[in-house]
Amino acid sequence: MTRERLDTVLYWLLAAGAIAVALWAQAGWNNYAVRLLTYSGLYVILVVSLNIVNGFVGIFSLGHIGFMAVGAYVSALATYPLARRPATFPTLPEWFQSLALPYPVALLLGGAAAALVAAVIGFPLLRLRGHYLALGSLALLVIVEQLAVNLHPVTRGSRGLAGIPMLTTPLWVWAVAVVVVYVAARIKSSGFGLLLGAIRLDDVAAAASGVRLTRYKMSAFVVSAFFAGVAGGLWAHLVGVIAPSVFSYDLTFRVIVMLIIGGLGSITGSVVGALGLFLLPEAFTYLEGAGTHGLSQLLLAVVLVLVMIFRPNGLLGRRELSLARARDGAGPGGRLGARTTGADRPNPDDA
Amino acid sequence: MNGTYLLQQLVNGLAIGSLYALLAVGLSMVYGILRLINFAHGELMMVAAMASATFLAGLRVWPPLLLVGGMLLGGVLGVVVERVAYSRLRQASEVNLLVTSLAVSTFLATGALMLWSGQPRRFERVEVLSRLYEVGGVFVRGADIAILAMAVVSMALLTWLTSRTRLGVAMRAVAEDLRVAYLMGIDPSRPILLAFFLGSMLAGAAGVLWGWKFGQVAPTMGFVPMLKAFVAAVIGGIGSIPGAFLGGIVLGLAEVFFVGLLPATYSGYRDVFVFALLFLMLLVRPTGILGVSLARKA
Repeated sequence: MTRERLDTVLYWLLAAGAIAVALWAQAGWNNYAVRLLTYSGLYVILVVSLNIVNGFVGIFSLGHIGFMAVGAYVSALATYPLARRPATFPTLPEWFQSLALPYPVALLLGGAAAALVAAVIGFPLLRLRGHYLALGSLALLVIVEQLAVNLHPVTRGSRGLAGIPMLTTPLWVWAVAVVVVYVAARIKSSGFGLLLGAIRLDDVAAAASGVRLTRYKMSAFVVSAFFAGVAGGLWAHLVGVIAPSVFSYDLTFRVIVMLIIGGLGSITGSVVGALGLFLLPEAFTYLEGAGTHGLSQLLLAVVLVLVMIFRPNGLLGRRELSLARARDGAGPGGRLGARTTGADRPNPDDA
Repeated sequence: MNGTYLLQQLVNGLAIGSLYALLAVGLSMVYGILRLINFAHGELMMVAAMASATFLAGLRVWPPLLLVGGMLLGGVLGVVVERVAYSRLRQASEVNLLVTSLAVSTFLATGALMLWSGQPRRFERVEVLSRLYEVGGVFVRGADIAILAMAVVSMALLTWLTSRTRLGVAMRAVAEDLRVAYLMGIDPSRPILLAFFLGSMLAGAAGVLWGWKFGQVAPTMGFVPMLKAFVAAVIGGIGSIPGAFLGGIVLGLAEVFFVGLLPATYSGYRDVFVFALLFLMLLVRPTGILGVSLARKA
């Protein structure tokens, strides 16, 4: 068996393990443990899908949670109990009052809505670079939040939309997580992924070599937004209540930290970052009692600055978990170069 | 809708616009040298405002002294941030710098929230500044005149500094290419520190002036104004100090006229409008009103 084969087997075993744990959790873990498992799966989805844009293409979007919000509202509207609709949404048209979609369809619809928003907003946004793009996408987040506050007939405003059927189980979340990881891994190892890497390393050179920048950037952006939208749908049907304040800058920051600390461009890093940085503060809170939310955010910020200074490529750089790599130190994950990419210029302090 | 109403809206637009301008000029100052959009800029304003409200205003300091105190606090804090975090990332990629400034911003905002709680705090007002002056049927608040004056003066001084003085030339050289500037015998740390000090000082000034204008300040006040200052800087042409000022004024006017001329049901969409304007601007004229070129900076 070749080493690449061995890795493939390893990945499928891990995926099967994740699903098995989700099933086991549903069979009889206590509520708190189930909650931890479900939320960590959601963070995995958010971070891995963000990695498709921020890590693979190297454009730094901060609007991910905005797409999540779009998906959350759209899917919540689609499954909202028919009996409660006339009272909750008195001004919405007739077809809406009688149209209830099954949960999986609603999730896909939420993802599709987020993808559509991404396609529209990507047109001006993706022409930007670096800091401009970051701030432009942050503006998108504010726009979505403000719309959610103001479009009262549809979103119920800042008090939030309650009474969403709580259909999300650990299995749903982890099944989607496995799909996201699979899609991201396929993108990373495909020709499309190589093109994205070329854009990241030097977009001018890539364009000169005939890479259609807008098309590829847009594809990655739309795929990423789709999964953020699905994550939003899962979230809405997990908590049962959504309000504009949930989809905040705080959540954005948290997801960004997970991504960066894990290692931009590394899917393994995203998963490890999401699990580690969700579960560790949670463990602290558990040990110290309530009221440390601010403290964990503060610590995250400090840790992030330290990582940026002392380990600028995150814990894993662009590398992936790989048995092949463990043996000869240069597996498939290192193909684009773990440390020598243009986006991560060599840091003298990090020799 | 008559002439006086329009004139009043114009004055209101100038008032809010000059606050954006003040922030945008400071933001541009830092951007001009490090090519870094300092996400923490709004939080520096917040810290200066909160600290003035808690520690200084209680002492009933002479108002100009309070303003100087807020400015110094903002400036020093900016320099500390630069030394502790950004200076260690000189060779790092743009993304890493950006992430670091996000972290600093979150650190300041969360720290302030834990220290002062989310409740807005009363800011000791000054009689001369909180009074409304009437000129031909149009009302102007004293604080607004002060903010406008502050913005104009700082814009003029900083433009002069960066274009006419030796230190300004050093600043621009460092901004152009850090390594080559080094080779030409420029020690980059001095111009960078100065740029941070001056830019952050303006954030501090904005904090105190904000307090006088609105009469209350809160730990959450920094985020949205920072974004709007960025929009202003983009509208004016980022990197250009006069552009940042102009962009702030234009943004303030656009925002006030949006709220003032449309039915009241739309006033909640104020921020949506501002950021939609950003996207429009980026589509139509990405270099801004006074910007030269978005050409790739190596």
